[in-house]
Amino acid sequence: MNLNARKANTGQGSWEHFSHAADIGVRGFGDTPEQAFEQAALALTAVVTPPERVQPREAVDIRCRNPDPELLLFDWLNALIYEMAVRQMLFSRFEVHIEGAQLQARAWGEPLEPARHRPAVEIKGATFTELKLAQDASGRWVAQCVVDV
Amino acid sequence: MDLDRLRQEAEDCWRIEPAGAMRVPGILYANSDLVRAMDDKVYEQICNVAALPGIVAASYAMPDAHWGYGFPIGGVAAFDPEQGGVVSAGGVGFDISCGVRTLVTGLKRADIEAKRERLADTLFAAIPAGLGSTGAIRLRGGEMDAMLAGGAKWAVRRGWGRPEDLDYTEEGGCMAGAVPGEVSEQARRRQRDEMGTLGSGNHYLEVQEVVAIHDTTAAEAFGLAVGDIVVSIHCGSRGLGHQIGTEFLRSMAMAAPRHGISLPDRELACAPIRSPLGESYLGAMRAGINCALANRQILTHLARHAFERVLPQADLQVLYDVSHNTCKEEEHEVDGKPVRLFVHRKGATRALGPGHPQLPPAYREVGQPVLIGGSMGTASWILAGTRESEQRAFSSACHGAGRAMSRRKATKQWHGRQVIDELAARGILIRSQSYRGVAEEAPGAYKDVDAVVESAETAGLARKVARLAPLICVKG
Repeated sequence: MNLNARKANTGQGSWEHFSHAADIGVRGFGDTPEQAFEQAALALTAVVTPPERVQPREAVDIRCRNPDPELLLFDWLNALIYEMAVRQMLFSRFEVHIEGAQLQARAWGEPLEPARHRPAVEIKGATFTELKLAQDASGRWVAQCVVDV
Repeated sequence: MDLDRLRQEAEDCWRIEPAGAMRVPGILYANSDLVRAMDDKVYEQICNVAALPGIVAASYAMPDAHWGYGFPIGGVAAFDPEQGGVVSAGGVGFDISCGVRTLVTGLKRADIEAKRERLADTLFAAIPAGLGSTGAIRLRGGEMDAMLAGGAKWAVRRGWGRPEDLDYTEEGGCMAGAVPGEVSEQARRRQRDEMGTLGSGNHYLEVQEVVAIHDTTAAEAFGLAVGDIVVSIHCGSRGLGHQIGTEFLRSMAMAAPRHGISLPDRELACAPIRSPLGESYLGAMRAGINCALANRQILTHLARHAFERVLPQADLQVLYDVSHNTCKEEEHEVDGKPVRLFVHRKGATRALGPGHPQLPPAYREVGQPVLIGGSMGTASWILAGTRESEQRAFSSACHGAGRAMSRRKATKQWHGRQVIDELAARGILIRSQSYRGVAEEAPGAYKDVDAVVESAETAGLARKVARLAPLICVKG
């Protein structure tokens, strides 16, 4: 099933895409919820272009707040989609810290260059469909949802 | 979907009896092959919508229905505000007022034959398409508010179009009841550089040829004959609509317990029409509709300029502009009485029948043009609304072919370059910045649009007028 999956550089987390009738699902795996959030963000970039094509040259700070951890994931991905849209940037490195309802993160990336990044599609929004933050049997965290493109 | 779970009511019409929390039945319009090919999720979503407060008559699905967000794509549902009816951000969709505008050109196939490549390149240069493309228009402050309140009317006033374009646009080009003040700063910021852009995904501008006429009276009223060249634009409200959709989906989901609404799926997030949140969404969503109408108006202007440079004899006139992701307050007859209802059409097209007062005089006898976008290698259709459609599904019909395959599967099956070459060999020119985007939209990833349209006609939702074959596709 993990045909679109890549291992992260750290060798710990990983991400993959999953199928949805009209759109595409992003899924991150990690030892902690934070790492799963970071990997889901990489999967998000990969909807547009292979993350390895994106140089982590500029940093953007992101904050979200939501007492529901799954909605916090929804907010995190939508915050990234917003930053991608208004800054015309793509991101390839993420650092997420979660304390209770508060998420603080830094995303590194670079301005979008259509000729080099060859973006496949623009993301409209992260959705509640298949939205899940959970631990699998082996204790690994999974963070996922379908994104509308 | 298993046919055994449905009761056949008529040809291409299936019923799901109310069960569990369902307040009304589900009605699915499609032939048995299309139904069998549908995901079980469509069944589940039809039933979930049928359980929402204040729903009237039935939860409907059109022949192109597929798994959507809360509502199926191809879903129609009407709610009565006096019965606690709701408005749902998911029931409208992220791309508020996504729709199709078709323009007649006054040209025949022979007129463009020698200049096809140049026309494709000129259109591709003129129409900002795909991620990272920005429009030439920058909206700031008061101008943004004027656009959100004025829609296509605002665009024409600014010089991007002709006054008569508005006569052939739903709502006369300007959605009443828009409240720009309900549109967040974030939504505005996402739209700043995106006026007059196509977007990406399944959005496109196509040059098409009328290859068959099925109803000569309606075709004549619409100004169509075999061999005619038309232009169709498929796009919506861009970043602004996406942001409004995202924000209200979130706030409606979080407020649902406060409104006493239990959601079997968070994606069904909704609020009572008569609540501050419901009213706030309606004001913002209507401003989003205006953004989409303005956007398609500006793209019309850009297409006219591109044609002028290549084929100066062309005269691009709007045939019609119709949205397929909306919630509109409309009058319908329920149990013999006129009622004001809020009709959600998520991936479904309004299809007003002959005699409807909202139709332009030229179309009043034949019904509203229903513009159906197909995939880039098959066909698109122009249908006309029927009188029976009012009884069938509050005057609604299908909106496109509907996806048969996920994007992920499509990219594994095809490569963009190969799709472009194969289509070129068949005389269809594709212009796109992304090979993967083309692969995701490969014609084989869609259902058979002819079968979808045939079912819509059999079910009485709309009748066939003209079949359009693609010649040039600028892909978003």
